[in-house]
Amino acid sequence: MPSLRRSLAGWGLTNPTLADVVEVPNHEVTAALKETGERGALVRGLGRSYGDAAQNAGGLVLRLLGAAHQSVLDPARGTVTVPAGVSIDELLRVIVPRGFFVPVSPGTRFVTIGGAIASDIHGKNHHGEGSFGNHVESITMLLADGSQVVVGPHQRPELFWATVGGMGLTGVILDATVRLIRIETSRMTVDTTRVPDLDTLLAAMTAGDDDYRYSVAWIDPQAKGRSLGRSVLGRGDHATLDQLGPKDAIDPLVYNARQLVTMPPMVPPMGVINHATVAAFNELWYRKAPRHREGELQSIATFFHPLDMVGRWNRIYGAGGMLQYQIVVPFGAEETLRTVIERFAASGTASFLAVLKRFGPASVAPLSFPTPGWTLTMDVPAATAGLSELLHGLDHLVLDAGGRHYFAKDSVTTPEAVRRGYPRLAEWKAVRDSVDPTGVWRSDLSRRLGLTD
Amino acid sequence: MNNALGEPQTLLLLGGTSDIGLAIVRELLSPAARTVILACRNVDKGEISARGLRRDGLTVDVMHFDGGAPETHEAFVADVARAHGDIDLAIVAFAQLGDGEATSKDVSGAVELATVNFTGAVSSTIAVANRLRTQGHGGIVVLSSVAGERVRSANAVYGATKAGFDGFAQGLGDELAKEGVHLLVVRPGFVHSAMTEGVKPAPFATTPETVAKITAKGLRNGRRTVWAPPILRVVFSVLRHMPGPVWRRLPLG
Repeated sequence: MPSLRRSLAGWGLTNPTLADVVEVPNHEVTAALKETGERGALVRGLGRSYGDAAQNAGGLVLRLLGAAHQSVLDPARGTVTVPAGVSIDELLRVIVPRGFFVPVSPGTRFVTIGGAIASDIHGKNHHGEGSFGNHVESITMLLADGSQVVVGPHQRPELFWATVGGMGLTGVILDATVRLIRIETSRMTVDTTRVPDLDTLLAAMTAGDDDYRYSVAWIDPQAKGRSLGRSVLGRGDHATLDQLGPKDAIDPLVYNARQLVTMPPMVPPMGVINHATVAAFNELWYRKAPRHREGELQSIATFFHPLDMVGRWNRIYGAGGMLQYQIVVPFGAEETLRTVIERFAASGTASFLAVLKRFGPASVAPLSFPTPGWTLTMDVPAATAGLSELLHGLDHLVLDAGGRHYFAKDSVTTPEAVRRGYPRLAEWKAVRDSVDPTGVWRSDLSRRLGLTD
Repeated sequence: MNNALGEPQTLLLLGGTSDIGLAIVRELLSPAARTVILACRNVDKGEISARGLRRDGLTVDVMHFDGGAPETHEAFVADVARAHGDIDLAIVAFAQLGDGEATSKDVSGAVELATVNFTGAVSSTIAVANRLRTQGHGGIVVLSSVAGERVRSANAVYGATKAGFDGFAQGLGDELAKEGVHLLVVRPGFVHSAMTEGVKPAPFATTPETVAKITAKGLRNGRRTVWAPPILRVVFSVLRHMPGPVWRRLPLG
């Protein structure tokens, strides 16, 4: 099990650090952890968190090998037990043809099951079905003392809920049993509406989201003034068999998501990605969307994972990398939401699309990100001038409104901001300390934000 | 840890009363900064510098450090790490200017200058670098000087210490780059500061604040060497290649 000193960065490519990386199957994790030194250990999935959540500078980083064929599907109960290192991409290839779908799908299918639990990820169905942890029946985990335990909402619930959203800092998730949803087809039926401004968008989502299983709005982050918040609202559900045409109905559960191209590992030529070109792209994208279209059939990949069609798309922002700013503010704080969008629009950053989503009820997990309200996500090139003032300024605004940041995306905020945004941090830490008194599990995120201090 | 904008949380200034060092610290302080450690020989003077930096949410710790006592440097860095955790950025800014031509005739004075500016600078930089290697992340800013580019008779010992330290830092930086640690060599020209008080300014004289801005920009852009002001790079590439008889006649003070 040779470890290799390697540079690891998040999806934003902003702050790489070096760690000793070992790839191991589940049954060799215990042996690999014997190498743990004073800098601790952490499990890394596919490195899709944008900041430093899956890095452990100077320490040990494990990557769990696991294959989707090791998953055990129980079609009668509609559950699957899957090794933590398996990605949603791999899992979908096994379960979709058999009439099942993951209960929560994020914007990329290249996340592992372990990572989905550790970040308690959410998707377009949060308003109705909550975050990933809500659908987990049990987790097998390895604790710092070397013991293996099974936890769930009814077995050691404190440890289970501390692990859901716990950013890998409570122990190693080895496998999980997840409740799936049943689907008749691999198509989505989608209604798309072009929305001229933020007020109209919020009203439309408030009034109509509950009629749809999935809903998300793509906002043009550069539109200002009367067009502020102009967006394309896409909502839908899994298509039933009778909604398919005769051609599609021949193979209703076909699933073959592909990557069309991969971004080359070179820096885009200077000036190609700038405010003007990105604004032009956003304009075009808004104009090409239909004013209103109902019942369009789309594939799972097109509806849930459009960006996955371009491999390594994070390289588009160049060597400086990017960061993704995602916050949630409670219902009633719509003015704060507007100010955040306004300040981004005024700052002249070259951001591609921003995403707005309405969250439903929160999970009981103390560090789970989603709380009832509006969540806004925005890509920003890290080299943008004045970004520090913009983001630190927005932090105050968001926290004053009762909002918070998402650990899986964050790469800029401060320990103070996290303590304000996550008032249950101490409760989580008490559980964590009880299973890891010497602080074996560490990450760059936990160091930067003082999560385990 | 640095954040995605390259803003450090913990800064260590070796030479905690250095005007240039303090200006760099001020330039790099952001809302993300949590701890500044001012390492200096004169703790009382360091305390005065600390007062100028303190603000809500920022701890400024003054620790005793003697640049001229290389044997203490490893233990010092270990103390810093024990007290404050990871060092995100260390600035090696301590140095003595000496007494110009007089130092070239003064054996003990020259030895002291060489011990602080070269031996101590090398030993403390290695001690810090070893810590950052263990951490797997971090940065070092090393204050060199254009005086080391081509050593003048007027400050031969000082220039030689800077020439030696600059060369060492470049070599070390190339090695550290493979280990996740960034090292930036800063080559200022004449800087108006406490160190140069009463000394006749050279052409292209600059201020600690300008040096600090250039340093911060260099760090942001991942540069390994910066000149302050940048024009000195051109000036010194000419001066370096100037024939000796011409060089010796230049009115460089």
